[in-house]
Amino acid sequence: MTSTSLLSVRGLRVSYTTRGGPVPAVRGVDLDVAPGEIVALVGESGSGKSTTAHAVTGLLPPGGRVDAGRILFAGQDLTALSEKALRAVRGARIGLVPQDPAVSLNPVQRIGPQVAEVLRVHRLADRRTAARRALDLLARAGLPDPPTQARRYPHELSGGMRQRALIAIALAGAPRLVIADEPTSALDVTVQKSVLDHLQGLARESGTAILLVTHDLGVAADRADRIAVMSDGEIVEQGPTARVLGSPTAPYTRRLLHSVPRLDAAPIAPPQPSAPVPLLVAEHLTKNFPLPRTAGGPRTLRAVDDVSVTVHRGETVALVGESGSGKSTTARLVLRLTAPTAGRIVFDGEDLTDARGARLRALRRRAQLVYQNPYSSLDPRQSVGDIVAEPLRAFRVTDRAGRAARVAALLDRVALPASVRDRRPAELSGGQRQRVAIARALALSPDLVVCDEPVSALDVSVQAQILRLLVDLQADTGVSYLFVSHDMAVVRRIAHRVVVLRAGRVVEQAPADTLFSAPAHPYTRELLAAVPGRGADA
Amino acid sequence: MRRYLLWRLAQAAGVLWAAYTLAFLLLDLLPGDPVAAMAGAGLNSTQVTPERLAELRAEYGFDRPLPVRYAASLGDALRGDFGTSVATGRPVADTLADALPPTLQLTAVALPLAVLGGGALALAATFTRHRKLRNLLLSLPSVGISLPAFWVGLMLIQVLSFRVPLFPAFGNDTAAGLVLPAVTLAVPAAVLVAQVLSRSLLEVLDEPYVGTARAKGAGRARVWFRHALRNASLPALTVVGVLAGQLTANAVVVENVFSRNGLGRITTDAVTVQDIPVVQGVVVFGALVFVLINLLVDLAYPLLDRRIVTSVRRSPA
Repeated sequence: MTSTSLLSVRGLRVSYTTRGGPVPAVRGVDLDVAPGEIVALVGESGSGKSTTAHAVTGLLPPGGRVDAGRILFAGQDLTALSEKALRAVRGARIGLVPQDPAVSLNPVQRIGPQVAEVLRVHRLADRRTAARRALDLLARAGLPDPPTQARRYPHELSGGMRQRALIAIALAGAPRLVIADEPTSALDVTVQKSVLDHLQGLARESGTAILLVTHDLGVAADRADRIAVMSDGEIVEQGPTARVLGSPTAPYTRRLLHSVPRLDAAPIAPPQPSAPVPLLVAEHLTKNFPLPRTAGGPRTLRAVDDVSVTVHRGETVALVGESGSGKSTTARLVLRLTAPTAGRIVFDGEDLTDARGARLRALRRRAQLVYQNPYSSLDPRQSVGDIVAEPLRAFRVTDRAGRAARVAALLDRVALPASVRDRRPAELSGGQRQRVAIARALALSPDLVVCDEPVSALDVSVQAQILRLLVDLQADTGVSYLFVSHDMAVVRRIAHRVVVLRAGRVVEQAPADTLFSAPAHPYTRELLAAVPGRGADA
Repeated sequence: MRRYLLWRLAQAAGVLWAAYTLAFLLLDLLPGDPVAAMAGAGLNSTQVTPERLAELRAEYGFDRPLPVRYAASLGDALRGDFGTSVATGRPVADTLADALPPTLQLTAVALPLAVLGGGALALAATFTRHRKLRNLLLSLPSVGISLPAFWVGLMLIQVLSFRVPLFPAFGNDTAAGLVLPAVTLAVPAAVLVAQVLSRSLLEVLDEPYVGTARAKGAGRARVWFRHALRNASLPALTVVGVLAGQLTANAVVVENVFSRNGLGRITTDAVTVQDIPVVQGVVVFGALVFVLINLLVDLAYPLLDRRIVTSVRRSPA
């Protein structure tokens, strides 16, 4: 294989310098990419997949160091090249599509010059020709009306548009290899699909090889010719996509495949109570946000438009939608963290639309929130015990000894060892942190917990555990969940009912079984069709 | 945009009014009596009779109750009349107008010097690959900020005037005379710019879009000057707005050290003899400069970064 390889990585070892000494991140990786081939490098966070990709471009983060191994690209060992020689490779012969399009374009420069810069840096065109070719590149990347978009600034483009601009940048120098580092994990599924389709098409057209770094086995299954699975700095398995997914040999691959949420997986939600008692009734909610004034006078953005949601006791209702659908705003309205422009919110028979002071505090006690990002929703300076006990202190529930007992019981309930009580969030993994956030939400035995994308920042194996925990807690305590998510496969696992939002409006609302087996609205069907990994059945 | 400008001008007027009022009240609380001080200062040897003092007080209006004096002086100030110096008998507005050009000259040299010097230091500190040099350059601002302006001034005079007679140690007359005071004034401002800009550069250089630029094959110079510098300059621009105030305050010290005429000198003189109308005038003028520079800085933000919208924020509907 080596003789025909475009990229051939042999025995690559990379470590990061930390205060406690060097920490190995990549431990002896062998990897090949043939010309025109799409190879997916799959793994969970900390597996070393991004480090491997960055080592190829010679752009390791500060403290990163290649300790051993060779990176042969078109017969040339990249690890032996000077910085100057590497610069001639970057952009011209190896393109990079970065992870997060929201922050990967220079915010103070127009789009066109950012694409043209590749051509200018490598002296592939003079200023005027570069500007003209940038328009072609943007058009090829699928940006409508390139002359207009080229004059815009990044913040004036949607996430999908920005990623297309970044694809134009990656392909500008007609490279033979494109490294795509989680190119679509920050995008909505429908956008993700069209962006990946486009990238794949362009690469095929020009015979460009792609090294696709992803945590999403579904994406890898749909796109890659070959898959390499990484865990703990090593490649545990690699081979043709159908073989790796169809008959995985490594136990880790099997475990990873098993925890991927799939649309056809059996729901794990406990049965609903037979006589539904409404807990939360939100009717005709509308929320306007003011926009900056323009010549046309004051404008507002209607983020939520006439949304009605009911959550019964012991029920999980999922609010599903893409970014900008108003799902998070609806969740905030329901908790009265923000006031609705119009509509009514009734919690357990009490109208709380205009509630203030003590009545609102009473709602806070009975309805809690679990945030998306467990890395930023826990106070880094508090111990886990203090974090979980905070709601108890805020509502003066029991005395010090009683609180300590309650904290111990809560940590046990979310399956955390008692020893974490005195640790700080930074010492815990993402999954453990989310368990702490759930324990905090449950501290006051609320009737309703609003979960805002509670698993989307977590690795799939951890996702599965957290979903199982939520379901078990519901079976035990009868708590209701309002579950905000963009991930149809996750929703399939735990929701009793699903509300599909688009641009602030409800497009479809149905029991989960009905919605997934016979989606009525075209948009729901589009969402389901865009879920990656449907093509690969193990 | 016009609404925004009007709103900001109204804010500026509010700040000026507050500065005027606070200065008025605080100066009124000072022990002693400007008229007595003036009489004492002007007629050293002769005894001033209490009758003459009362006459003088009535003449300058110091015998009226506080609210009346405040209303009257505010009314005058609005018409551009800031009263008369009790020490010299000249109108305050004229005194300020005479003192302004040398100070303006000084700050007009010192501010660009500070911005360029501080900017160069920040760029050098972040650009160098030499570890020790980088650490040394990054620590310079904290050293510089702890040097008092008068000490820097005296050192410069000692070395560049007395030992190696390159520049005159004092005086307003020559361009060479401007060098040492301007440098002295620029040093504390430059280190502030350097500190903020280097911090912000280091942050920006970690941003993913800088990674994108590197992945394009861009060299270090291109990454620093085309991508990082402009993004990093916003916080430094904010500091420049604050510096306007600092420069005016430090000008008092520097002008005294170098025996230059200017606002600093008349401020020191006015404070020494409790020439309250002049002090009041200086305070209001300082506030005016501060407000204007900050308005300019705020208007410059959107030119650097198009994401910043200059508009009046309204409360949510």
